[in-house]
Amino acid sequence: MLLEPLRVLDCTGELGWLAGRLLADLGADVIKIEPPGANLSAPDWRATNANKRMLSLDLDNEDGRGAFLRLCAEADFLLETAQPGTELCTFLDPGQLQATNPRLIHVSITPFGRTGPRAQWQASDIELMAAGGAMSLAGEPDGQPLRVTAPQSNPWAASQAAVGAMVALTARAVSGLGQHVDVSAQAAVIASIAHAPASWDLIGVNPLRAGAFMTGRSVHGAVYRVFWPCQDGFVNFIIYGGVAGRRTNEGLVAWMRDAGADLGVLAGIDWATFDPTQATQDDVDEMEKPVAAFFLTVPKAEFLRQAFEREMLGYPVNNVADIAQDPQLEERGFWADLPAPGGGVERHCGGFAMVDGKRLPVTRPVPEPGEHSREVLSEFGFGADEIAELITAQAVEAP
Amino acid sequence: MTAVAQALKGLKVIEVGGYAAGPWIGKVLANYGATVIHIESRERPDGFRLQYPPYRDGVKGVNRSGCFSYFNDSKYAVTLDVKKPGGLDLAHKLADWADVLVENMRVGVIDRIGLGYEELKKTNPGLIFMSTCNMGQTGPRAATGGFGSQLSALAGFCGLTGDADGSPQLLYGPYIDFVAALIGAPLILAALDKRRRTGKGCHIDVSQYECGAFFLAGPLLDYHVNGRVIERDTNADAVAAPHNAYPCENEEWIAVSCWEDGEFSALAKAAGHPEWAADPRFQHAAARRNNAAALDEMIGAWTKTRGAEQAAERLQTAGVHAYRVNTCADLFTDPQLSHRKTWRVRKHPEIDTQAHYFPGFDLSRQPGDVVAPAPVLGQDNEIVFKEFLGLSQEEYEELEKNGVL
Repeated sequence: MLLEPLRVLDCTGELGWLAGRLLADLGADVIKIEPPGANLSAPDWRATNANKRMLSLDLDNEDGRGAFLRLCAEADFLLETAQPGTELCTFLDPGQLQATNPRLIHVSITPFGRTGPRAQWQASDIELMAAGGAMSLAGEPDGQPLRVTAPQSNPWAASQAAVGAMVALTARAVSGLGQHVDVSAQAAVIASIAHAPASWDLIGVNPLRAGAFMTGRSVHGAVYRVFWPCQDGFVNFIIYGGVAGRRTNEGLVAWMRDAGADLGVLAGIDWATFDPTQATQDDVDEMEKPVAAFFLTVPKAEFLRQAFEREMLGYPVNNVADIAQDPQLEERGFWADLPAPGGGVERHCGGFAMVDGKRLPVTRPVPEPGEHSREVLSEFGFGADEIAELITAQAVEAP
Repeated sequence: MTAVAQALKGLKVIEVGGYAAGPWIGKVLANYGATVIHIESRERPDGFRLQYPPYRDGVKGVNRSGCFSYFNDSKYAVTLDVKKPGGLDLAHKLADWADVLVENMRVGVIDRIGLGYEELKKTNPGLIFMSTCNMGQTGPRAATGGFGSQLSALAGFCGLTGDADGSPQLLYGPYIDFVAALIGAPLILAALDKRRRTGKGCHIDVSQYECGAFFLAGPLLDYHVNGRVIERDTNADAVAAPHNAYPCENEEWIAVSCWEDGEFSALAKAAGHPEWAADPRFQHAAARRNNAAALDEMIGAWTKTRGAEQAAERLQTAGVHAYRVNTCADLFTDPQLSHRKTWRVRKHPEIDTQAHYFPGFDLSRQPGDVVAPAPVLGQDNEIVFKEFLGLSQEEYEELEKNGVL
């Protein structure tokens, strides 16, 4: 394991689930804290809370809070997503927690950060993708701004939180002291839009939604198609220039020729001298016509195979089923088959990288409510009587 | 470099490669005080220096690219040609000096140039060597090279963006490169933790495609367990209704969502139409979803006559989820981002001033910073090779003469 089994108290909601999962994959002992009776069946919850232990503890209960503070005194990390302005957020005060445990690394993950004029604003994924600039860049130019249909602001915030946690751990190795790491999901999402802000900053051009076409490459204003309907979906392919474009374009024409497809104007183009910046829209349309007709006959899997073998740039537009069945992931042992509730197995993302040729292990299945309440509390020094009292007070759930 | 960022002080990182996926990791580490050296050669500068706009004043130049500088602030830059006499030796010296090497070339390339992990660990067994590429170092398609913008399609993101009956959509730039950089950075720091205990480094193999799967972990599990294939669905959500972007004055947009019936009543009241909440078409979330077109039209008619900021403030005051759809320009005036000092303006010798992104997290005791603008090509050759590596003046001049630098 890369990390020692450092103790992580993970009280996060969806904004932070992945952060704890990443620390768990690195080797930390991550203890997920959920209120007794919480419904934990959602796939998003299960997928990002594997490899953790579970303590069912009620932070709205006075005895539960007392127990929680004892845990914080012994923990290395606290991950939480308390909404600023709430009473829970006041309770999870970084200064007070650090006073009792100066080594504690306290990571708060909130929509906008713990402080600031909008810290208390309500935001879910769609508002955060809007606030971080991502939606302004996705969608048809004449349509509405779009988010990715599966929430992305959660993993953007959580992955930045994991970086922050590890930066603080590195610093603690020198100073012996923990600190507060304040994560803003809005600010985290900005990482997703590459250098688009630099365009406004440096040349005053505000980039907007590009839709399904590549713009800004031809001096005549021609746009190039990016997404092409194929036999069973779409593929992402662009007629590029340069060295990589030449290999790609030559590869495509050779493939079309092998397949007996109509080449149209492609037959007469010398890709060594082809310059996409000089093409007019008519030129592009004529080039794209035979390609479009050809791709309609090609299934996604075949496109992936041919593109790989012919060293062409481009990929099929996968859905989750395509990803789940991709032999590349299978071959690298990416999936972890973990015990499922009620028997059998369920397939999760395995450890998120390979180190020295071995996949980071996922050693624990998705925990059940209360599953580790007793063992965790007892490891933190709670006696059997104290645990029984917490259960009686309905502060803790333990089967 | 300013002395502000201290959390990673003393951590020595070198980068071989270019574009986004590798350099973004180094940028984040540099923002917290790591010493990060970006290695290029005069013959082959980082592709971002000359392949993508924007350039200051629209004038192309190896030191004028806002794209390169956006991903490489706070770093040192050296030029080093391994094919020239003494070049490979010098690269080895740098790797012996470093704690961390990050490379994002095609599989096998770093081995071929003589800087592979097995080679470098002979003289620096503590080296943490991270390889990040499209598919990972192994597997049937390991050799695939490619752009992150296209890999984002293979990884499912483009297919999940757009109307159900329309085309998949582009996400701006190489979306998945940043996913992989942020998932990769903690690995480096965890490996450092292990090295403190064991003295040993390691080879970290990051597949950008696999990192992407973590951003769709729930839908993938849902497929594996329930056979459900999530499809793009404009801005719809399974729970919230309304849940969409609505047009405002001056071509602005606002994102709005309601997660409970009470929240929708609050929206109706804030919009001056309390009767909406009593309309049987909109009383419950399921009904609102069934009548989404009518609902969206009504909300849109209200937002259309307002500025997005004004509408968002009004809705938030009423307890409704709402935010302006910030364009890139808006990000520079957003009051919350200003409070966090998300943009840090630094002066560059050829670009002049540029606003650099500060990451989405900060530390209370040892805050990070954009400690310097991006380096011009080869600007730190002297300080890195003489001061950091201890080369003599004669050795340095010899390398210059041989065209290594």
